[in-house]
Parts: sequence; C-alpha cells; structure tokens
Amino acid sequence: MFSAIVFLPLLGFLTAGIFGRWLGPRGAQIATCVPMVIAAILAAFAFVDVGLQGETYRIQVLTWINSGAFEADWRLRVDTLTAVMLVVVTWVSALVHIYSIGYMSHDPQQPRFFAYLSLFTFAMLMLVTADNFVQLFFGWEGVGLASYLLIGFWYKKPSANAAAIKAFVVNRIGDFGLILGIATLFFTIGSVDFDTVFKAIPELQDKTFLFLGYDVPVVTTACLLLFMGAMGKSAQFLLHTWLPDAMEGPTPVSALIHAATMVTAGVFLVARMSPVFEFSPFALTVVTIIGAITAFFAATVGLVQNDIKRVIAYSTCSQLGYMFAALGVGAYEPAVFHLFTHAFFKALLFLGSGSVIHAMSDEQDMRKMGGLFRMIPATWLMMIIGTLALTGFPFTAGYFSKDAIIEATFAGENPAHMFAFVMLVVAALFTSFYSWRLIFLTFHGQSRASNETLSHVHESPMVMMLPLVVLAVGAVFAGMAFSDLFIGKAHEAFWLSSIFKGPDNHVLHDMHHIPAWAIWAPTAMMVIGLAVAVLFYLVKPELPKQLAREQEPLYKFLLNKWYVDEIYDFLFVRPAFWVGRLLWKQGDGRIIDGLGPDGVSARVLDVTRGVVRLQSGYLYHYAFAMLLGVAALATYFMFGGAH
Amino acid sequence: MTDGSILSLITFLPLAGALLIAFVRGDEATVARNVRYVALWTTGFTFILSLYIWWKFDPTTADFQFVQETEWLGSSINYHVGVDGISMLFVILTTFLMPACILASWESIQTRVKEYMIAFLVLETLMIGVFCSLDLVQFYIFFEGGLIPMYLIIGVWGGPRRIYASFKFFLYTLLGSLLMLLAIMAMYWDAGTTDITVLLNHDFPAGMQTWLWLAFFASFAVKMPMWPVHTWLPDAHVEAPTAGSVILAGILLKMGGYGFLRFSLPMFPLASADFAPLVFALSVIAIVYTSLVALVQEDMKKLIAYSSVAHMGFVTMGIFAANQQGVQGSIFQMLSHGWVSGALFLCVGVIYDRLHTREIAAYGGLVNRMPLYAVAFLIFTMANVGLPGTSGFVGEFLTLMGTFMVNTWVAALAATGVILSAGYALYLYRRVVFGEIQRDVLKSMKDLNMREALTLAPLIVTTLFFGIYPAPIFDITAVSVEHLVANYHAAVEAHQTAMGGGVLTHLAGLIGIQ
Repeated sequence: MFSAIVFLPLLGFLTAGIFGRWLGPRGAQIATCVPMVIAAILAAFAFVDVGLQGETYRIQVLTWINSGAFEADWRLRVDTLTAVMLVVVTWVSALVHIYSIGYMSHDPQQPRFFAYLSLFTFAMLMLVTADNFVQLFFGWEGVGLASYLLIGFWYKKPSANAAAIKAFVVNRIGDFGLILGIATLFFTIGSVDFDTVFKAIPELQDKTFLFLGYDVPVVTTACLLLFMGAMGKSAQFLLHTWLPDAMEGPTPVSALIHAATMVTAGVFLVARMSPVFEFSPFALTVVTIIGAITAFFAATVGLVQNDIKRVIAYSTCSQLGYMFAALGVGAYEPAVFHLFTHAFFKALLFLGSGSVIHAMSDEQDMRKMGGLFRMIPATWLMMIIGTLALTGFPFTAGYFSKDAIIEATFAGENPAHMFAFVMLVVAALFTSFYSWRLIFLTFHGQSRASNETLSHVHESPMVMMLPLVVLAVGAVFAGMAFSDLFIGKAHEAFWLSSIFKGPDNHVLHDMHHIPAWAIWAPTAMMVIGLAVAVLFYLVKPELPKQLAREQEPLYKFLLNKWYVDEIYDFLFVRPAFWVGRLLWKQGDGRIIDGLGPDGVSARVLDVTRGVVRLQSGYLYHYAFAMLLGVAALATYFMFGGAH
Repeated sequence: MTDGSILSLITFLPLAGALLIAFVRGDEATVARNVRYVALWTTGFTFILSLYIWWKFDPTTADFQFVQETEWLGSSINYHVGVDGISMLFVILTTFLMPACILASWESIQTRVKEYMIAFLVLETLMIGVFCSLDLVQFYIFFEGGLIPMYLIIGVWGGPRRIYASFKFFLYTLLGSLLMLLAIMAMYWDAGTTDITVLLNHDFPAGMQTWLWLAFFASFAVKMPMWPVHTWLPDAHVEAPTAGSVILAGILLKMGGYGFLRFSLPMFPLASADFAPLVFALSVIAIVYTSLVALVQEDMKKLIAYSSVAHMGFVTMGIFAANQQGVQGSIFQMLSHGWVSGALFLCVGVIYDRLHTREIAAYGGLVNRMPLYAVAFLIFTMANVGLPGTSGFVGEFLTLMGTFMVNTWVAALAATGVILSAGYALYLYRRVVFGEIQRDVLKSMKDLNMREALTLAPLIVTTLFFGIYPAPIFDITAVSVEHLVANYHAAVEAHQTAMGGGVLTHLAGLIGIQ
C-alpha cells in the first residue's frame, strides 16, 4: 500500500511525460489525476492504520549508495509523522490536480504541466517517507527540481525564468548546509541511517569535534547545519527571497508547492530530527528566533503588497515562521498540527485567488480589482472561509493550531521564547489586517477594473469549485476534529516514537496552564486587525494613502521588502560575476597563460629574434664579438687562476 | 577465446579496424560511407566484447584479472596487461563512448573522413591500452601515444584557432610527460623492474618518493587538469570537433585520476600523505575558481570545459582523502562525468551542426522548436548540477563525505561548488533553451533526428540508471579500493611508528586521523 502511494504519482509522471504528446491534454489529465486520487484514498487508509492504530513500517525497495560504512538504501519509513505528511501531500496534490484541469484548460502544454505536478508529488512523498538522510536529500532536491520546472513553466516570460533559477540557487545555499550537516553526522556517527543516528545522539551530547579549525559541539553544529537546509526550503528570513518571486508559476503550483507542501519540508525536517534537536537547546533557540523574526518580517511586508498572490506568499512565509517558532520551543506537535491545518486553508486561499485571477482575465493587481463580491459570490465565500481560518477565528482550523503555537511560546522560560511570543502576537495582528485588506480590496468597494475585464468576469467551473469546497471543509473542521489527536489528550498515543521529546520537555502540558490574557491575546489581535482593515478599506478608503504619504520612508521600506533583494544583488550576485570575469581575463588569461604557454612561446620567439639579429653578416660584428669573447676568457683565467 | 587474451583483443581490435579502413578504396563518397560503417561496427563490437570482462569479472578480489604477459623489449620490459576493480570500468567507459563519437561525427565530418576515423580508432586502442597496462614502459607509451591522434584531431579537423589550441595542449602535456619519463627511469633503477604488479609492493625510500610523486604529479595534474595547469582545456575543447571534445572530457581527463590511483597513492603513499594538503588546496581552488569563471563564459563549450575542471576538483579531492568513500566516490565521479560531460558536448554539437556557432547569445528559446532536445539537455544539465537521482550526484556526494572526514575546511569550501554549479548550469540552460525565439534562423531549427536521438538515448539511460542504482559500479570497485586504502594507511602508519612522536602528530594532522 505504501509503495503504491509513493510510486503511483511517479507512474503518472512517466505516462504523461513520455506519452504526453500522443495522449493529448485529456489523456494526460486522466493519466495523472487517476493515480493521484487513488494515492490520496490509500493515504487516508494509511493514516488510520499508522496514526490511529499505531503501526509503523519499513519497506525496503532497492539498495542505493553503498560504500564502506556509508550505506543508504531506497527504503520507505512510515510512522505517524510520515502518515500525517502523506495525507497532506496526497490530498492537496489530488485536489490541485483536479483544479488544474479547469485552471489550465486554455494552456497548450497541459501534458507537461500535469507531468511536472506528478513528478513533484512523487519527490515530496520520497522526502516524507525517507529512512535515511540521502533519500531525504533525494526528495529534497527532487521537489526543488519540480519547483524550478513549474515556476519556469511559462518559459517565454523572462521573469518566470529568473524566478525559477533564483528558487533553485537560493535553495542550494540551504542545501550547502544540509550536505555539511549530513557529513557531520556521518563523520561522528558513521551512518546516515535515521535510526542509527537517533540512537547514537544521546552519547554525543557533550562531544565536540574539529570543524573549520574550531572545536565545536557535535550536536549543535549538526542541528544548525541541517536547519540551514530547512531555512532554504521553508523560505525563512535571509533565505526567503525566492518564495515571493516563485509566484511567477501558475497558481495551482503556488497552492501545492509554495504553500501546502514543499515549503513545509523544512518544518518536517526539524520535526523528524526531533531526537537530534532535543539535545541541543542552543540550536532550538536559534530555530525559535529565526522563526519569530520570519513571522514578523513577512507579515510586515505583507501589509503593503498589491499583488494578490504576493500577499498570500508573504503570509505563507510568515506562517512557516510560526511553525519554526513552535519547533524551537520543543512544541513539535503544534508545529506539525499547524502545518496540517495550514495546508488546507492556505491552499484554499491560493486556489481561491486563482479563481479570482481566472475570473479577472489574469489580472493579479488588487488595485485593479474591487467589488467582485456580487459577481463571484462562491469564490468570495471560499476566500472568507480561508481568511477566517488563517486569522484564527474561533473554532476554525487556525484558531486551534496557531493559537496553540502562541501559547506554547508563552509557556517557555527562555527569554527567546518571550521574544517569540511578542513577535508572534504582533504578527497575528498584521496577519488579520493584511488578510482582510486582501478581501476588502478584491471583493468590496467600487470596482477599479476596466469594463472590458468586468464583462468577462465569471464564476469558475465546477471542476475548480469542487476542490475549493473540499479544502474549505478542511479549513473549518480540521482543527476541531484533530486537535485532540495532534495536541490534546490523545497526542502521546498518536505520535508514539515518531516525535521524540527530552525528559525536561513539558511544553505541551505547560501550554494549557498559562494566564487567560495570553490565551486571548491572539484572538484580540485578530479582532483589532479586522477592525483596522474595516476602517481603512471600507469606511475611510483615503486613510491608507494618507498614511503612506505621511510615513513614506517606512512605506517604501516595507513595499520594497526591506531591500533584502537589493542587498543580496549588491553583495553576492554582482560580485560573483565580477570576480568570475576577473579570474577569467586576468587570472587565466594574463597570469597563467601569460607566464605559462604564451609566455614561454613569446620568450622563445624573443630569443630567436635576438639570435637572428646577431647574424648580421658584417665581418666587423663577428670580429668584435670574438674580441669580447677573448677578453672575457682572459679575464676569467687571470682572476680564476689566481686561486 | 581464453580469458588470457581478451584484453589484448579489446585493445587491438580498433587498431585492426583502422587498418581495414586504410585499405578502403573507391570514390570519395563511397569511401566516406564505408569508412563510417566500418568504424561504427568496430567500436560497437569492441564495446560488446568489453562487456564480457564486466560479466566475467570477479569482484571479490583485488588482484589483477584477465592477465596476459609475454616478453617484449628485452628481458625486463614485458607486454603485460590485466585489470582490477579500479581500471576495469574505465575500459568499459572508453568502449562505451566510442560508438557515440563515431555517430556524432557521421555528418559533421566531411573532409578526410578516412583519416579521421583512423585517428579515432588508433586513439581508442591507445586509451584502452593505458587502462590495461601492467608495465610501466608500456603504460608510458600508451599514455603519451594518445597525445598524437588527439593532437591531429584538434589540429586537422578543429576550429579556426586549432593550431594555437593544439600547440597549447601539446606544450602542457609534453612538459608533464617528460618528467614522468625521468621518474620511470628512476623507478627502474631502484626496483629493477618496470612491472607494475611488482612495483605496487615495492617500498620506495621516503626521500625518493617525494621526487617521484612530484614528477608523476606534473603529468597527471596536467591531464586532469588541475588548477593552475588547466588553461589548455577550454581552448582545446573549443577548437576540437564534437567527438574530440567527448573523448577529451570523457576519457583523456580520466587518465590523470586513474594515474593517481594506480601510481601516486599505492606506490608513493608517504609522499601522497605529505602532499595531500597541496592537492586539497588546488582542488578547492579549482572548484571555486573555475565555477566562477564558468559563470561568465560566452561560449558554450568553454563553459562546459570550465565546469569539467571544477568537477575534476571533486575527483582529486576525493582521491587524496584516501578513504573508502572518497576514493570510490572519485571513481564514480570520473565515470559519471565521462558520460555526462560527453553528452553535454554532444548536445552542444547538435546545435552547432545546425547554426555553426557556439556563442550562447546566438541561441534562446530552443524549447519552442526542439522539445526533445530540451529534455535531453535538461537531464544532462541536472546531472552536471549533481541532482540526486542522476549519476552526477552519487560521486559528488560521496567525495564530499569522504573529504569531510579528513578536512572539514576542504569539504565546506568544495560544497560551495554545489551552489555555483547550479548557478552556471541553469544560467546556461536558460539562455539557450528558454525564452522566446528572437532570431529568424532559430525558427527553422529541427529537433533531434533519429541518429542524434540514438546517440543520446544510451547516455540518458546510463545517467539515470546509475543515479538510481549505482550498486553495479560500487560492487566492482569496493574490494580493490578497500585494498588500496588499507595498504596506503598501513604504509603511512608504519612510517609514523618508525619516525616517532613529533612527526607522528604532524602527519596525523595531514591525513586527518583523529
């Protein structure tokens, strides 16, 4: 069953990829959607079997890299954490596949699109079922490849191509850390197998090793390096720049890859590595701080963006920050829970915005929307549900998972946890504001679109609405239904050994015993954010412009995303090209060739030219040379012979 | 057919084909056609024959197999061939790439077809001979002999600056080979034999090892090529015909790495340990430096050539890490780079044949007209980037693991190559394949024809197969590499014990025994 879940999407990819040109669009849709739906159904059974009945599985597929102590096989590992991810990945992927039938119906290259979607799903499933670091890395890079291909799907657009490369290269910076992290563990433990590593970690707690000339603690170093990989994939602050640009891809891609699944791989990695991270309080603190900063930073940028997809992209970035903040305080379960619910409501928001974009003839700028509420009421309703869940409206999915994260940060004693609490609460305010801003700008007020566009506005077809409805059901009920299982009373029987927690880690218990004001703070923030948004965009629409004018430097700073892209361009991208050119022209050309082959041949030519000049043919030249020679010889013998 | 003569048969079969071609007569078009078919059949049959040694190879022993020895030059220099787990796969790699080279030259070579094919077949014999030789003098003859046909291929069928390129190529390699010849003479004086199997067990004095190591290093470093003696490679590639580039990148470069594994590491272990930091430094410089240079190239072949230098940096680094992962990873990396870079040069050849320029700016938007080509090029680009699932990943990753255990600085700096390679490779791919078609000439470009597809298809299969299931290669190399690594460490440790404490810690630092 588990092999079928993982390899059915591969089958879909190969069928649509190789035979796509003969199958045609309809054939490719069937060839990919059917395996995907079957995989999703099987995943539900797997969830029951593994999650509820407590089974775990290891399924050997094939040997892979085997060199001395380095043994990495293709093997599927299925425990509760994997089962949760299987459900998230296959369900969202199946829904996105179906949605794409409608969304991409005008695209001439559908077989290619569906093949890539299935390829992505396969790689993501390999990632979450990995039983060793190398297979994890395979999935990790595989989703990177699929993301690269899908961001650049419309390859005629230069901006899409640039975004695709950026996504891949920035992720590779994270991979740089991930590779070294794996190397650290292999060096100190002698294995890349998860179970072997987890077993050996407790003994390494106080061990150090020589890394880059410094004597550093093994576990902390490994954790920080692995976390660097997670930062790249999950678009955390400093390595986040690729995610907003990735919105160049088709919207279903944004929903599947850049909201629900791939970007959560970093969260999954840290959760999977809980037996390692638990032994490094320092690394956990770093995770919390980075997560909190990301949550705050991305939320501030989200406040002022005008592109509907970019707002949701920054929102994703911010929500991933929440998850990391939770991981860092040792609250792995709430983090994964938020990953789970976030997949539903964020995919819903993205697909909903896709429905808007579809209706508006590919317009993405919210300044050119407005008043769509009456024209596409079903989409409006879906977006409202998604927004309620995202902002944590009571009893929606976000209310359970997001608030649990905020409570968990409050429960910690570390000052970093307090910092995280404050950041996350403020970010909750911003989240509420930008989410409602999006709704109001898009659906309410006067329409700012051209009549031409407005005449084409239409509700999306059934094949697009159906996935939205399923996701909306998840966004409303997933929190209520699963909160007991994931973070409530039943959580220990549910997670079993898939998540490890040290003996001092009581955060899941402590978070239920915090003061009432801390519990209600996020809800209050949600209400304030909503109120301000109503004031700014419904009651007094001239207020935001006025504020932007008064606070221009701040507004520009936020609008330009804290200028991070510009700084990177100045610090890294341009110097790389400049240094490359310098090394090529000066290093290779002038120094190595100049002193090497070209220099040698030039000297040979010089010498021969000189020799040629000597043979002048004039007798007195030769006589003079002979005389000089005689004089030199005589001198030599006179002085030399004296000894 | 006995196992004893199979290697000689594989080695000299191409030469027989060359002789046959020499006697083909008739008008020019007929000759050209017949010659092409003879060459294709010869190389194809050689490949199939070479699979026999893979099939019969016993992977449980580090000894040489399929050994044949007869008297040749006087009493001490014999004709002696055999393969072990380190050399065997290089023989297969050579025979595997040759048919692709012949196919790639099918239409692009129209002048002096006969001489061209003879040069290639002679070259094949010489290259196989290098990997089979178990006699030092014989090795030297094959090793240096390969220079001549390659020199001719670049010099006669090359591009406009072919004379400069072949001269540079010759100057560099000649310098190295002269020093190696001196070293070979010195080894003969010390050991009294040129038999490699004997020399592998001969203890050269520590002081002498240093000089011998340096002399061999001069030759192998140029072949590899290592920074800073790499500048001949981009020029040679740019001017060489497509098939010449394939052989150059696919096999000739591997002779340097093979030499390190066959001579430097097992015969001069003490010097290897001493010089490992030097090799590490040069490898890391090669990876970072040439990756940055590759980023700014305007010529496709130059870009791939520079990326080859970077990839060879991983190889030298892994070899001198001198542990199982490092050495096995290096061998794998060499094999994988053999077909991946070969395939990349074939990909460049495909569009060069259509447009007769290698300038990146002349292309763009090829995917619109050539979807099949775009897929093939993407697979090889990703293999070049080292994406898991392709063969490019396995070697790169293992060498990094092996090196990390010896020196974390080297591994960390080399790992930046992971970022840079993604940069230059995807940047190239984007400029050539993606985007809109801007120029009218590109609008009439045709996708891969049957011959080109047949040339590339086996390479795609190989790239993916060994990326997913590399076990057949590791099975072959495991025991021989274990043997090599164990002997190396035994020799170094024995020397340390003899030298005593102070030097011991020094050397331990060098080779990274914690």
